[in-house]
Amino acid sequence: MTFSAQLEAKFDKLLHSYPPGRQRSAMVPMLLYAQDEIGSITPELIEEVAHRTGTTPLQVEEVLSYYSMLHKKPLGKAHVQICTNISCLLNGGEELWRQACQTLGIGHKEVTADGQISLEEVECIGACSWAPALQVNYDFYHFVTPEKLERLLASLRDRT
Amino acid sequence: MLYNEPSPLEVRILSRRFGLPNSASIDTYLAHDGYVAFKKALGMKPEEIIEEVKAANLRGRGGAGFPAGMKWSFVPRNSPKPKYIVVNADESEPGTCKDRLLMEYDPHQLIDGMLIAGLAVDAHAGYIYVRGEYRYLIEILDRAIAEAYDRGYLGKNLLGTNFSFDAYTHTGAGAYECGEESALLESLEGKRGIPRIRPPFPAVVGAFQCPTILNNVETISSVPVIIRDGGAAFAALGVPKSGGTKLTCLTGHINKPGVYELPVGFPVDKMINEVGGGIRGGKKLKAFIPGGSSCPLLTAEECEGLTMDHDAMAKKKTMLGSGGVVIMDEDTCMVKVALRIMRFYAHESCGWCIPCREGTTWLRKILVRFHEGHGRREDIELLGDLSKNMLGRTFCPLGDAAAMPMMSIVEKFREDFEAHLDGKPCPYEHVSQLVSA
Repeated sequence: MTFSAQLEAKFDKLLHSYPPGRQRSAMVPMLLYAQDEIGSITPELIEEVAHRTGTTPLQVEEVLSYYSMLHKKPLGKAHVQICTNISCLLNGGEELWRQACQTLGIGHKEVTADGQISLEEVECIGACSWAPALQVNYDFYHFVTPEKLERLLASLRDRT
Repeated sequence: MLYNEPSPLEVRILSRRFGLPNSASIDTYLAHDGYVAFKKALGMKPEEIIEEVKAANLRGRGGAGFPAGMKWSFVPRNSPKPKYIVVNADESEPGTCKDRLLMEYDPHQLIDGMLIAGLAVDAHAGYIYVRGEYRYLIEILDRAIAEAYDRGYLGKNLLGTNFSFDAYTHTGAGAYECGEESALLESLEGKRGIPRIRPPFPAVVGAFQCPTILNNVETISSVPVIIRDGGAAFAALGVPKSGGTKLTCLTGHINKPGVYELPVGFPVDKMINEVGGGIRGGKKLKAFIPGGSSCPLLTAEECEGLTMDHDAMAKKKTMLGSGGVVIMDEDTCMVKVALRIMRFYAHESCGWCIPCREGTTWLRKILVRFHEGHGRREDIELLGDLSKNMLGRTFCPLGDAAAMPMMSIVEKFREDFEAHLDGKPCPYEHVSQLVSA
């Protein structure tokens, strides 16, 4: 498999970040960074990461199924993750979640038909004092209101 | 720009550089006592460093509150194996958002602390395990690490001594369980985050099966000021047996939510009403979580005269925890709160220990049924019994973390459960949680 020069450099750095013989440590970071570039964890990627970390594809499969941010199915270009855990719940996180489902016509871990937006109800994202909060890919949005959410979803839909 | 206005009641020790222009840069750090502590520590014996940390009464800031100096002293310094420093930046305890700020605004303070920890136990490499969702912080930390290498604060033969130290970031990929120390170490080794059987503890068999200091971001970030000003000065900020300040996240139904640095032992009432500006909409306090959703909940009555420290919380049969304070007003449905907390633990249970895997799922199912109005009277007892049978029967504290809040909620807010019986709709159904803009 070929990756961008940037990602190759990152892989190289990762494989040299752990003690000798411990390249397996790079597995989860490699999978996540590669997923960011190619969109999902493909069978080819599993083979490639296994090869580079000195593990078997089965070992990679075993590990990746544990981590909630690793996906075998492609997500939308904008992955909207709405927190409904305790501090967000107390500030309307569930109401925002229902609003997003309704506006986009999709549910938990679903993708819009055009592949632009996917939705996920997530556990605590560490934005509790600025609740309700959400993330679009890795970007945080704090003190979200129904109006802000509506504008955000509209702008993501237009971002084609 | 800061996320919230500071409060005049804060004692800003760890957060004193927050809000400075380019506070994350090494130049800002160096201009404000940066790496002064590391330089001082280079002239100290390892035992002296550990003694200062012990004298500081610094207790782990991740939730368990274990004395950090004691943890460090368990590392067999003379072991022929390499030793490691691992920073737990997997901040994911619901209600907690303070390590984010320590990494965003002052990453060099953390590196400074790692270097000192390295000197204390003869470690030459450190890893910062950052939760996957905090990608922007990994970028900030990587920049800070690169700056430190450039200026000779990381790498070989630091400041002309024979001490060498390398630092790395490591991303997680979504798993609350990896905040538990032994699961974190498994994850760092490229495996599923399943907890390890202890003993041996990480101090003896930790990262890569070698002796390891593993502490929370805030704990390690507290080390430079302890070495610079002495452990006694840090201890004096807090209460006996628990020194220093605690970054406290005020969340929930509060007028001024935010992260505030308060001395350990700060009065709860003053924290809610003066630092936090009181409860939203002038309502009354109903329930209080001192430090993350794993803590047993307290009623308003129990909060009277209470202070934010380990011993005071232990007397109320709860914990100071991680600093994630959750304030719930009188219109909060405690069945709903219990349900949301149990949904979380059921989702995050790694599945290794049966009492946790089955127990959390069972609790969640009963609570769903209850909240939908199909609860049976005997379910109230069942929730408590189930939780009691999970307690202490798992390899890691996740099972307890689910059982403890559950037991406290059924015991202290039983009337909310009874109000849902016999097909009655949730009495708080009409309450919107959204803050009207």
